[in-house]
Amino acid sequence: MIPVAFDYLRASSVDEAVAALAGAGEDAKILAGGQSLLPVLRLRLSAPSLLVDLGGVPELRGVREEGDSLVIGAMTTHDEVSTSPLVRQFAPLLATMAATIGDRQVRHRGTLGGSLSHADPAADMPAAAAAVEARYVLAGPNGRRVVPASDFAVDLFTTALGDDEVLVEVQVPKLEGWGSHYEKFHRMVQAWAIVGVAAMVRRDDGAIASARVTLTNMGPTALRATALEQALAGCAADRAAIEQACAVAAEGTSPRDDLTASAEYRRHLVQVLAGRAVAAAAGV
Amino acid sequence: MSSGTAAPSQATSTSSISVTVDGSRYTDTVESRTLLVHYLRETIGKVGTVIGCDTSNCGSCTVLLGTADDPGHSVKSCSVLAVQADGANVTTVEGLAGPDGSLHAVQRAFHELHGLQCGFCTPGMIISAVDLLRDNPDPTDDEIRDGLSGNLCRCTGYQNIVRAVRAAGAELRAQVTEVRR
Ligand SMILES: Cc1cc2nc3c(=O)[nH]c(=O)nc-3n(C[C@H](O)[C@H](O)[C@H](O)COP(=O)(O)OP(=O)(O)OC[C@H]3O[C@@H](n4cnc5c(N)ncnc54)[C@H](O)[C@@H]3O)c2cc1C
Ligand code: FES
Ligand code: FES
Repeated sequence: MIPVAFDYLRASSVDEAVAALAGAGEDAKILAGGQSLLPVLRLRLSAPSLLVDLGGVPELRGVREEGDSLVIGAMTTHDEVSTSPLVRQFAPLLATMAATIGDRQVRHRGTLGGSLSHADPAADMPAAAAAVEARYVLAGPNGRRVVPASDFAVDLFTTALGDDEVLVEVQVPKLEGWGSHYEKFHRMVQAWAIVGVAAMVRRDDGAIASARVTLTNMGPTALRATALEQALAGCAADRAAIEQACAVAAEGTSPRDDLTASAEYRRHLVQVLAGRAVAAAAGV
Repeated sequence: MSSGTAAPSQATSTSSISVTVDGSRYTDTVESRTLLVHYLRETIGKVGTVIGCDTSNCGSCTVLLGTADDPGHSVKSCSVLAVQADGANVTTVEGLAGPDGSLHAVQRAFHELHGLQCGFCTPGMIISAVDLLRDNPDPTDDEIRDGLSGNLCRCTGYQNIVRAVRAAGAELRAQVTEVRR
């Protein structure tokens, strides 16, 4: 189908994009890679009056080092995130997770910023950003502000972004000495995660010194499995002990019943996947 | 505000775009909402690229989107606006053959190894295979299946498509060796 008519503006800077959004009110939308927005417009599920395209803003694209952090521009594609040598070295979990998204064509267009801003509960990158404790840089009419991953996703398809704000980049603290792994459960290619579990583990010889575990599609936003993280701290780095700890993986979650799976099944699945993800991240 | 800075761009419901498609340059006025695939088919007549779905899933509309110096990468042209392709270079299945009409190695392999039945998925499948082989000249069968996962085929069961891509990869590698000699 053909989208409802709209005006189009190719912004040449972040300031210009912010000004255009501020002038147009809530009927305006940012266009990033278009891999979520254009399907929605084609199905006429949304009819914005203005699209502000970020594709012509060079500063939004690419990965750079800034002291103890990597900074990834919002318009960096999933393909670029998954192949970036800097991301692979300092935040390999982001590269691994970006590589699981959709298919090659979607990864060539879809962007990190678009995925985080869209905040689909089944999307992979929100859980990735939560696991690496990314900080989000937002630009609005009153300048820039930084929001931690834990405060960015608010609810289903809802984030801390105001109608006149643009996600500019995410700052990712460089981490070394952590193992990481993503278990994404889906039954068909291109398919979104029925459940996904991302794990990062730092070992202290035979034990897990600390662990971070985040969950895809186990609630309205990506979730941090806090109870599991606590159970894993100090846990022996062997399969049996890890699996036992993972019995609490569904604590604090609120998964949906939908066509692909029941909530009960998701609560079971998350324990199994957590066991695999944590074991792989711990190298056992 | 001080004058002398670049004038802000204007939001418009139509735009003039200039796109190079399969080596020829086109300049047209399009509505902002025009999808690249509709521009290719209806405005400039490149009907080799087809539309198979409304949900960005099937991949039959796949083209390469790049620049003058870089053929770029596979994208679903139903999920790109024509205005987003302004200034870009697009390669469709119609632009793969040589100037004398000789088929591209991937086209030839699909033909010889029966990588198609009804042929509807074929334009997108071939473009995706060209893109994959550029990134990974010697893929395993699993890598081929994974690399083509954005293209759905309702007829072949994929078996012969995978064979064709494997064979095309071998031929393209041989061509490279030939050139190096
Ligand atoms: C066939 C298919 C399969 C897919 N499979 C997966 C999958 O397995 N896992 C997965 O995670 N995703 C999947 N996706 C979605 C894909 O990852 C999208 O790229 C992503 O959801 C949106 O990114 P985008 O750059 O395309 O954003 P767009 O579609 O351009 O925008 C999405 C939304 O975010 C807003 N927005 C975008 N950028 C910004 C910004 N910088 N600041 C403020 N607001 C912004 C837009 O206004 C819009 O509301 C799939 C998509 C398709 C078509
Ligand atoms: S027409 Fe189906 S993905 Fe483009
Ligand atoms: S040959 Fe018919 S859809 Fe692939």
